[in-house]
Formats: sequence, C-alpha cells, structure tokens
Amino acid sequence: MSVHEHGSELSEMQLRVRALETVLTEKGYIDPSALDVIIEAYETRVGPHIGARVVARAWSDPVFKRALLDDGSKAVRSMGHESRVGDHLVVVENTPQLHNMVVCTLCSCYPWDVLGLPPVWYKSAPYRSRAVKDPRGVLADFGVRLPQEMQIRVWDSTAETRFLVLPMRPSGTDGFSQERLAQLVTRNCMIGTGLPKNPDEVH
Amino acid sequence: MDGIHDMGGMDGFGKVVPETSEPPFHAAWEGRVLGLQRSLNYAGALQIDLMRSAQERLPPQVYLTSSYYQRWELAIERNVIERGLADAEELAAGHAKRAGKPLKRKLTADLMHEALTRGSFFRQAQAPVRFKPGDRVRARNMHPPTHTRLPRYVRGHVGIIERQHGCHAFPDAVATDKGDDPQWLYTVVFEARELWGPDADPTIKVSVDAFEPYLEPA
Repeated sequence: MSVHEHGSELSEMQLRVRALETVLTEKGYIDPSALDVIIEAYETRVGPHIGARVVARAWSDPVFKRALLDDGSKAVRSMGHESRVGDHLVVVENTPQLHNMVVCTLCSCYPWDVLGLPPVWYKSAPYRSRAVKDPRGVLADFGVRLPQEMQIRVWDSTAETRFLVLPMRPSGTDGFSQERLAQLVTRNCMIGTGLPKNPDEVH
Repeated sequence: MDGIHDMGGMDGFGKVVPETSEPPFHAAWEGRVLGLQRSLNYAGALQIDLMRSAQERLPPQVYLTSSYYQRWELAIERNVIERGLADAEELAAGHAKRAGKPLKRKLTADLMHEALTRGSFFRQAQAPVRFKPGDRVRARNMHPPTHTRLPRYVRGHVGIIERQHGCHAFPDAVATDKGDDPQWLYTVVFEARELWGPDADPTIKVSVDAFEPYLEPA
C-alpha cells in the first residue's frame, strides 16, 4: 500500500508539506525549530531500547515487576529521565499459558513513549484487520508458532490506554545483568508479534 | 462512523510484511508532518480525536492508498481549514495571506519535555462508576455517523468487564466539539467464538477499551 516507491508522489508530498509548514509558521502557530528537535528525538533517543530496559528490570526485580503490572506509567516514570512516559500505560504479562498481542484496529495507537516510532507493518491494513480475528495467522507471518493450547489475548487499543507486553524471560539467562538481558528484548516481543531472543543469539 | 478505518476482522488485505532495517522515517517530510501534529496538538488546536476523525472522513480509496503520514498530512490540512486556522487558498499558495488566530500556546524547541510527553486523558468523574470487573456487558449496537471508538466487530456482542481505567475524555464528544464529556473507561474482553462464531479458535480472546456509553448490562 505504500506510495513511497513513487518519486513523483514523494516530491508532491514534499511540496505539500512545505506549503503547510510555511503557512502555519507565517501564521505564528508553530516554530520550525521545534519540529527539528522532535524529529531528532525520535530518530536518536526515543525507541524500543527504553521498553527493553523496562522489561529487563522487570525480569530482574520482582518488586519492580509487581509495580509495573499494577501501574505501568508510574513504574516506568520511576526509572528516571530516559522514559518520559505519559499516563495510561498498561503492561500485560506473558506466562507459560498466555500470550498477549497488541493492535489498534481503528488507527495505529502505539506506546510511543516506550517503543518509539511505530513500524509500517503495525500501521498497515493487513495487521490491523487480521490481528483480532486470526492472531495465530499473523504470528505465522512473523515466523512465530505457539503451542496450540496456549491462550492468546489480543488487546485492541481503542482508547488512550497504551499496552506493552512483558514477555517471558528466556531460559539460560540466570545471572545475566539487566544490560545483558535488555539485549534479548526485541521491539516485536513487546508488541506480542515476536519472542525474546535466546541468549546464544547475542554476544 | 462506519468507515474504512474500522478494519478489525476484515479479510483480503493479505499477509503482514515486516520491513527489514526499517528507517525512522521513509522521507524527510514524514518527520515534518509528525512535528506539525505535535506542535498543533500542544497549541490546543488539534486534539488527537480531531486528527482521527479527519482521517476517518477521507474517501475510502484515498484512505487505503495513502501512507500513514500522508493521512496525517491530509488530516492536518482538513482540520486547519475546518477550524479556520488557514484557508485552502493559503495552503495552495504556500503562504499566509491573513493574520493567524490566537492559540492557547506555542511549542518551541526549549519545551521538548512537553512535546515528548503524552498529555493525560484523565478527567473528573461526572457520575458514579456503573460497572465493575466481572460484570457481563453487551457492546451496544450503535452506528453514529460521527467519530466513535467502538469498533464494529464487537457491537452487539457480550463480553466481561476486566479492568476499570478511571474516567477519561470521551472521544465521541471531543470530535464533535461537545467538550470532554468525561466517561468511565473499561477493558472488556470477548471470547473469539462470541465475535467470530462457533468455529473460531477457543484459545483466543480479544479485548477493547470501551467507554461506559458504549456498554449496557447483559
């Protein structure tokens, strides 16, 4: 569905966005330098590494994990400046019996605070349409196969609540530091379309 | 509205194709669009449900053939014109021809903490909470012609209240300029077989977050 491949449309969009930005600037509504800083933040600082640190801490610290599941926003805020998380973050835990998966069928709501910019597939019609009806099929598209008896819970983000999946800690990670554990935490495993890496996949 | 955006459960869109080594933005203008949205939102001129409502009102063929940030751009343009912040002639010319309206505040580069932190949607309750976890509820069979956050695939179906999230600004009201009209918000969980019929996978459950006016006791 992407139009990015079409150069002519791309330049048309460039011109259109430039016109919009110029008008809004001349009207006094916006400051273009604020746009630069927002873009830079999402390109360099706000990304899934934040969520990975949250997950790694929850794997290592049972008190933090309990607090995270009770009130995701409050617990992530307690980690300090790196995570300027807003209200309404809900963290849901995977267990040996239950796998969680997050979607937004109506638009593309996503926990930007802890995962950064949403990937194109998350915003695409195939994901948004199928996740609530055929989650096992969607997982297969990601190469993930869960046991047939595993319960699957799909969270449709239809309000301002935002969901982060707390995946299961991989086996063979006893004694790992939080930094080392965070390397196993992929973006997709915090959306529920993937699983954490195995320790032998990272150095 | 019953638009193309409400695509949960639709067939025919094909497989999910994750991109390898996906860049933050696929073109520089995408970042500008994100920045414009954040700036106007901070200025109090573009609440998130106005952005959503404008996208939902795009013709279906435009919605489906536009990328995510293209839809955002079209939604910003539409809101700018509908709210009288600028007119179509100015957008076409690429220059302001008249003075701007006063806005609540302006996002500047030194205010990035505010720009990067989501606002809270909690609001003061206007009525006692009606449902509690464990209650059986039916999602109303409702089809408002304006913005709503109750997806079609749950309407008319029975689920269980699982969580209560407090009282939030009500998107249906915000998008139609009726103020915040705060409403209690719940996670309601449905069995896949309730939503998709007896042949559905019994191990699957789906939840939505539903505002109290979307629900009735069952």
